[in-house]
Amino acid sequence: MSASPRPSDAALTDFVYREARLIDEKRLDEWYELFTEDARYWMPLTRGQPEGETHTSLFYEDKLLLRVRIERLRSPNAFSQQSPSFCQHVLQQPAVEEADVAANRYVVRTPFMYAESQLDRQLILAGVSWHHLVCVHDGLRIRLKKIELLNCDAALPSIQLFL
Amino acid sequence: MGRYRDNPQAIRALVRPGSVHRDLYLDPELFELELERLWRNTWVYIGHDSQVPNAGDYYTTQIGREPVIMLRGADGLVRVLPNRCAHKGSKLISSVHGRCAGGALRCPYHGWTYRLDGTLRTVPLKSGYEGTGFETSEASRGLPPLACESYRGFVFARAATEGPGFEEYFGDSLSSIDNMVERSPAGRLEVAGGVLRYLHDCNWKMFVENLNDAMHPMVAHESSAGTAKRLWSQNATSAPPPMVIEQFVPFVNDYDFFEKMGVKVYENGHSYTGVNFSIHSKYSSVGEYERLMTEAYGEEQAQRILGEARHNTVYYPSLTIKGAIQSIRVARPLAVDKTLIESWTFRLVGAPEELLSRTTTYTRLINSPTSVVGHDDLHCYRSIQEGLASASNDWVSLYRNYSPVEEAGVAGTYGATNEVPMRGQYRAWAHYMTLGMGGG
Repeated sequence: MSASPRPSDAALTDFVYREARLIDEKRLDEWYELFTEDARYWMPLTRGQPEGETHTSLFYEDKLLLRVRIERLRSPNAFSQQSPSFCQHVLQQPAVEEADVAANRYVVRTPFMYAESQLDRQLILAGVSWHHLVCVHDGLRIRLKKIELLNCDAALPSIQLFL
Repeated sequence: MGRYRDNPQAIRALVRPGSVHRDLYLDPELFELELERLWRNTWVYIGHDSQVPNAGDYYTTQIGREPVIMLRGADGLVRVLPNRCAHKGSKLISSVHGRCAGGALRCPYHGWTYRLDGTLRTVPLKSGYEGTGFETSEASRGLPPLACESYRGFVFARAATEGPGFEEYFGDSLSSIDNMVERSPAGRLEVAGGVLRYLHDCNWKMFVENLNDAMHPMVAHESSAGTAKRLWSQNATSAPPPMVIEQFVPFVNDYDFFEKMGVKVYENGHSYTGVNFSIHSKYSSVGEYERLMTEAYGEEQAQRILGEARHNTVYYPSLTIKGAIQSIRVARPLAVDKTLIESWTFRLVGAPEELLSRTTTYTRLINSPTSVVGHDDLHCYRSIQEGLASASNDWVSLYRNYSPVEEAGVAGTYGATNEVPMRGQYRAWAHYMTLGMGGG
């Protein structure tokens, strides 16, 4: 089987913008489908953290855990969502850092600001997202989304949605 | 003047046999008095000695608002010193972890230096102090060490110069630390895996109460653990459940389960749930671990150690531990309605690394600022903080299974849905808030 053709930079960066928009619009079922079956959604707890198994992370989710979060948000018993939270990503222009057609591996780096609000409380976070993408038959999928939070070592309040 | 400062009777009157007054959670004056009295008269967890393995290594934290340094001396002893230059009061160290350069602490402002035992070593241009009375002043004493005890590596300090002895204060509740340490084939723990720091906008006591509250999981955690349980049961696979499912699902066990796990209560506010079994009892065995334990301790002893699966042990007021999965949570009160909860994890020295993965997974799922379990707990604490503003009822009910027999002492073993651990906490609260004030 031949390798998929290289997606254009515009296709890669558009994907990142669209991914953030799906979160902000709470289209979480569509968002969930952007991940490969073996994907990880990872927000390390420390800078330069090498892995998420023997070190604690803020997020280190496989698809099962993402599904639990998404389903919970819809539960009438998700008490911390009374009132519901909303979020807004503001992305800097994503940059394609790595494009390896043979390995089907595309890495995109995106600095961001993220706001999460719940009635009178608003939390602002900043950081850099790294999307590790693969081409499949009908487009791109996320194998790893790694979110390097600027203040990952700070005392943080509840973060209830997805960065 | 406030209502409570010079009035021990008024403080004691806030704690009734089956209820406590809402001022305990709301009143800024009581919070200040808690920092001055309760948090100074009791033994507060500082850190673990594996955080400072070598002479000169330090870890800095706070008791209430008071900055302290946990420091290993040249003699190998771990001490807790005030992080306050004897001169003008600058913090000597602002990093969280590190090693003192040149075997001394040096103030960043005027360069006063201290030995690792806290005594004053040098002051620049010292001749300027001759004949000034400096030699007999507070400053010349350097950094007076706090009363400090390292119990199997867990370092506690008491800020007040007078107060209960360490063993007297904790008594047999220390058996939970014993079990956590014995779970290492080498009998040793190491801090590992990072620290989660979760800001709670609620009074610290709501968190501490909740750790032995066996009536809330099936309600508060239905949306998280219940969802995980449902999603897994819909899964067509016959594969064994992954670790995250093993960890989530027991949170929604029924009342009967939580009642029968049992709670053991000690004097001074300490207690643990999970006398008979706990939500941690049915975790799958990990690789070679049981064999390594049997080699280290012998069959019978190893089974006894691993047969204990205590849920949460509360070392009132500052520390809660989960020996069965080697994680601890530390409560740091910041304001009457603001508390920092730190979650630390440990490596069992000599055990397979998968056990460290198990504890980092657990603490991420349950104790992180991103935790779907933690979110609902914190929502409930915050709701109490806001709800108690209602003047409709001054009293918080803790009557569940109350018996007047407790007036002679709360120590004992009970069904775990009993609210006696909280009543024990508030008996200790009233005692240490008014210690030495008479009229008791």
